[in-house]
Amino acid sequence: MFVAAAAALIVAILLGLVRALVGPTIYDRILAGNMIGTLTVILIAVHGFLAGRPEFLDIALVYALINFIGTIAILKYFRFKDLGHAGTDHGKAKEDT
Amino acid sequence: MDMILDGLSWFFVLLGSAFVLIGAIGVIRLPEVFTRSHAAGMVDTFGTGMIILGLCFQTSPFESIASALVLVKLVMIGFFLFFTSPVSSHALVRAAMADGAKPLLKEGVELEGALKDEGDKPS
Repeated sequence: MFVAAAAALIVAILLGLVRALVGPTIYDRILAGNMIGTLTVILIAVHGFLAGRPEFLDIALVYALINFIGTIAILKYFRFKDLGHAGTDHGKAKEDT
Repeated sequence: MDMILDGLSWFFVLLGSAFVLIGAIGVIRLPEVFTRSHAAGMVDTFGTGMIILGLCFQTSPFESIASALVLVKLVMIGFFLFFTSPVSSHALVRAAMADGAKPLLKEGVELEGALKDEGDKPS
């Protein structure tokens, strides 16, 4: 069962990699990267059960958090070209930063 | 009892794997970024949720503290993914929209009210 799940996850990661390589816009690539990150979290968890060492769940937990923060940071960088940007004020982008 | 738990575990893990595969095929085949984000969101919530639920049935939380912690960590991973992946999907689609990506619409359908308070794309 775990082997089947791991195989499905690896195939899905490869398909996501294809989308990340060919994706026409930057958002397709970010989408694929986000999906690969989520699948990696699950792959680590499944591998922990497959190897009988559930300690891998700690790594999966950290990976889940960092994946989310990474996606948001990349999106902010490509939107404002600056990670320190204050963001939008009531939906209006500040022009003078 | 063990057999029931094993069967449930099999069922949920294989269901999640199937959804992960379907979602990945969708990410390849769907035509533009908004539809692809639907497929990726399905992988992120339903596929991973079902796989984690299936893994939860493999734990034995009443044996010792350490084996109970395994279940707690699994639930935490599921919790984080359940809440963070819709947020990142939403942020991604919003960024794509603000950057001028046009959703594919049916013939004659106009996009109404989208990003009205957003202004145009940031410089």
